[in-house]
Amino acid sequence: MSAAAVSDALLTRLAVEDFLYAEAALLDAWRLDDWLALFTADCRYYVPATDLPDGDPRATLGLIDDDRTRLRGRVDRLNSAKAYREFPWSRTTRLVTNVRVLADHGDRLEATANVAAWRYRKGDEQTLVGRLGYVLARRDDTFAIQAKHIVLTAEALRPHGTLSIIL
Amino acid sequence: MSVIDPQDLRDAVIDDRERGLFRVKRTTMTADAVWQAERKRIFDRCWLYLGHDSEIERPGDFVRRKVAGRPLVFVRGKDGRPRAFYNSCTHRGARVCRQDRGHAKSFQCFYHAWTFSTEGKLVGIPDKEGYAPAVDAEELGLRPVARLACYRDFWFVSFAPDVESLEDYLAGAKEYIDLVADQGADGMRVLPGTHQYACNANWKLMVENSVDGYHGAPLHHTYFAFLAGQGDDDGAKQLRSTEARAYDLGNGHAVVDYPAPFPRAVARWHPIYGEDAKDELRGIRDELAERCGEERAHRMAETCRNLLIYPNLLLLDVAGLTLRTVWPVRPDHMELTGYALAPRGESDAQTRRRLEGFNLFLGPGGLATPDDVEALEACQEGFAATAEDYSDISRGMHRDAATVDELQMRAFWREWQANMLGSGHGAHDEGPKPAPAGAAS
Repeated sequence: MSAAAVSDALLTRLAVEDFLYAEAALLDAWRLDDWLALFTADCRYYVPATDLPDGDPRATLGLIDDDRTRLRGRVDRLNSAKAYREFPWSRTTRLVTNVRVLADHGDRLEATANVAAWRYRKGDEQTLVGRLGYVLARRDDTFAIQAKHIVLTAEALRPHGTLSIIL
Repeated sequence: MSVIDPQDLRDAVIDDRERGLFRVKRTTMTADAVWQAERKRIFDRCWLYLGHDSEIERPGDFVRRKVAGRPLVFVRGKDGRPRAFYNSCTHRGARVCRQDRGHAKSFQCFYHAWTFSTEGKLVGIPDKEGYAPAVDAEELGLRPVARLACYRDFWFVSFAPDVESLEDYLAGAKEYIDLVADQGADGMRVLPGTHQYACNANWKLMVENSVDGYHGAPLHHTYFAFLAGQGDDDGAKQLRSTEARAYDLGNGHAVVDYPAPFPRAVARWHPIYGEDAKDELRGIRDELAERCGEERAHRMAETCRNLLIYPNLLLLDVAGLTLRTVWPVRPDHMELTGYALAPRGESDAQTRRRLEGFNLFLGPGGLATPDDVEALEACQEGFAATAEDYSDISRGMHRDAATVDELQMRAFWREWQANMLGSGHGAHDEGPKPAPAGAAS
């Protein structure tokens, strides 16, 4: 790879990293409306079942399979004091690492990262670890999320209980 | 405390039908002695759900299951017959099957390489000459569970050799299982992917919650608010309709049966499905009516059921169609598993609608189930201060029970108390019998 190509790849990765860190910060701060604004109108947010990480949302049971409408509903719910599993809010810290740009198609690119999220509430500590897959659409000097795919590393949501925060 | 006093069990449930009072002492959900007794008197005595026929379609297919804490293998033998074995080598006890699901020609223990056929026979002992003739391979096959039986493709096991037949045990629940099994002209299947989650509360709280219509509107406000935003503002009201009933089905089984407050991929159109779905849903509705009659088609398509099969299986025919098992691990911790059922051969579009509806409400990532888990944990936390108090389950005892009443939970507790006292089935003579098949629901 030429020095110029390396430099381009690095700059792209840095831009993606900045975007993903900012996304994680919005989630940790419970700024969910701002987080939702990162997504395109035709977006998809998918978490396969823990026992079927390669699941296809069209044919297999997953944990979450949201289009924009359902994601809006999920955010509205979590903004409400009647989302009892998350009100009062849990405290969370997300570490987003191992960021790689897998393919750059110009107007959109595919990226992957690892996430480790700690959630504290009611005296419990919950650790959620997984791999994030993104399809990012280029928007001026930043990105919009067209697809976010989260494969949890856990074999089951045990002892976690539920997946009540947004990863 | 390792032994439980029968008088404590009699005092644990107050069942005053004259005054319309029903109360359950909270120590039944906190005491280790109660849980130890439940293992012997309920989980070692009842029929327990193992799996669905479609999960082991071909000879050699297997799934691992933990049933009441016991590791089992559910496998279809080369002869086509399903069997349930303890997943433990007869040599030294190691788990023989080490994958959750798959296809096997045989099961070989990785410790000393003893090999068992899919019919459970011991077919391979390395260096067999090292054993005297008294060590007889014929006697050392995988140990089968005492009883295994099937109703409409739902397989159950019992650890009690003398348990009554599965059909007798299921009693009035059979008709309600039929309303699920008949949704597919070619039968039903379990879709790949399971919800495996947990809750820090006593298992009986989830059994109650899964058939509790009273909590729907207050606890699941955010879910119904979402549906209302999609153009369906009568959701939660359906739970209070005069058609929304609760029935005691005998032997601890019970059901709430009510007009659908959610979209139903069986055949209840909802704005969330979009206009494109209308034709297909109408076609499904017509096929149901033709095959099962209008009355049963109506029940399958436009009404919902939360069916409890005592002690711990829920068949929830709601926004999605799910099987939920509730397995106690400790008095204050349970493991939950949810499976999605669908008619065999349904269209991809219909499966997608079904899954979207399922996920939205149900399961650990849904808009509703996490709040159920939160509520049960809140109860368990409250018990830490009030274990000697009683929980009230009297609602609707003075009238024909509605979905928002608590007859269905009383049916569970009456059976629970009878089982725990070792006196067989409970008395299930409160409230109306379910409408006979074919009658108006």
